[in-house]
Amino acid sequence: MLKVEEMTFSYKRNEYLLNRLNFDITPGGVYGLLGKNGSGKSTLLYLMTGLMFPKIGHIYIDGIEPRKRLPDMLSQLYLLPEEYDLPATSVDEFVKRNAAFYPRFSREDFDRYMDIFDLESVKNMQRVSMGQKKKYLVSFALATNTALLFMDEPTNGMDIPSKSQFRKAIALGMNDERSIVISTHQVRDLESMIDRVLILHNHSMLLNESTLRIAEKLEFVNTTDKEELDGCIYSAFTPAGFVGVRPNTTGAETPVDLEVLFNAIITNPETITNRFV
Amino acid sequence: MKFRDSQSIYLQIAERICDEILGNKFPPGERIPSIREYAAMVEVNANTVVRSYDWLQQHEIIFNKRGIGYYVSPDGKNRIREIRRVRFFEDELPLFFNRLYTLGISIDEIDRRYNEYKKASLHVDDDAVDIK
Repeated sequence: MLKVEEMTFSYKRNEYLLNRLNFDITPGGVYGLLGKNGSGKSTLLYLMTGLMFPKIGHIYIDGIEPRKRLPDMLSQLYLLPEEYDLPATSVDEFVKRNAAFYPRFSREDFDRYMDIFDLESVKNMQRVSMGQKKKYLVSFALATNTALLFMDEPTNGMDIPSKSQFRKAIALGMNDERSIVISTHQVRDLESMIDRVLILHNHSMLLNESTLRIAEKLEFVNTTDKEELDGCIYSAFTPAGFVGVRPNTTGAETPVDLEVLFNAIITNPETITNRFV
Repeated sequence: MKFRDSQSIYLQIAERICDEILGNKFPPGERIPSIREYAAMVEVNANTVVRSYDWLQQHEIIFNKRGIGYYVSPDGKNRIREIRRVRFFEDELPLFFNRLYTLGISIDEIDRRYNEYKKASLHVDDDAVDIK
């Protein structure tokens, strides 16, 4: 669906932010785009949606480069940026103005997501809190039913109940024809929702794997007994005990701990990535 | 839903559905929620619930009516009990025996206490005793 080929991007001359990225986004996944602050997550989202252009290499959405900004292609993708302004209009007016760009937009779906988030149809969207604004936009984004949906740190500004509502909305909004790419550095919020992991670090895409395959290759250990960390590639001490990750030799499946995976991969990139060659 | 770290999430969800079937939340022959509805309920990726439903189907606890949805097998409860009995004898009983042995508790005492327990809970959980 989306293909990135040898794509390089820099804001400054001779200083690459993203260097020769190669990866695919296929339909039917909730992608977690993970990376430290300043690693280029947002930039990558802008590149994939045609807001910025690669310096070298290409991005293709169904064979067409997003930089061309063809209306047909644009109607099949939606980007929810981290920061945005909403017009001083009612919710209905906002929907009327924006839904026209998305042929598969469903008002019924929009109402259902509003319901999940406990939102009311307010008269002026500018006068609601930041967290509320985000929930209106997430509802709208999901209801566009675009094949590609990009969200930049969508849970920022959301309170605790909203994060749970957000997970419900994503679970309902997902289907085999669409892919949702969510950039986040708050992995805990979304851990159970993500089924493909993209890790951006040191200008490269270090990992693009399904959680299924990660669980096949790696075993995540959670223990109070330090001895049990035997064979771990990476381990850390937490208030509850120890966490670690090691090659999966038993074949049994443990839940993927994204925080441990992320820390393991940035402290010891090759040991992890070599397991997925 | 709060998940444990030791077992894969799809199996934890399958176990939860088994508990719900045994607890009559989903009686035999009744439809269970769609994959997406269940995913939203427990806040996980739908693909995880696909695996849970596959597992339940393989063990003949639920079945799929094409285009309509998933239903609890007429014999679903007994299937769950069979699986759990095997697991009990293989995994839990050895640990239990180990406890009895190390603490010096006799089987006679366990027998006496078990009979008391059965008397006390006879009317609470009719369903559990009427099998066999």
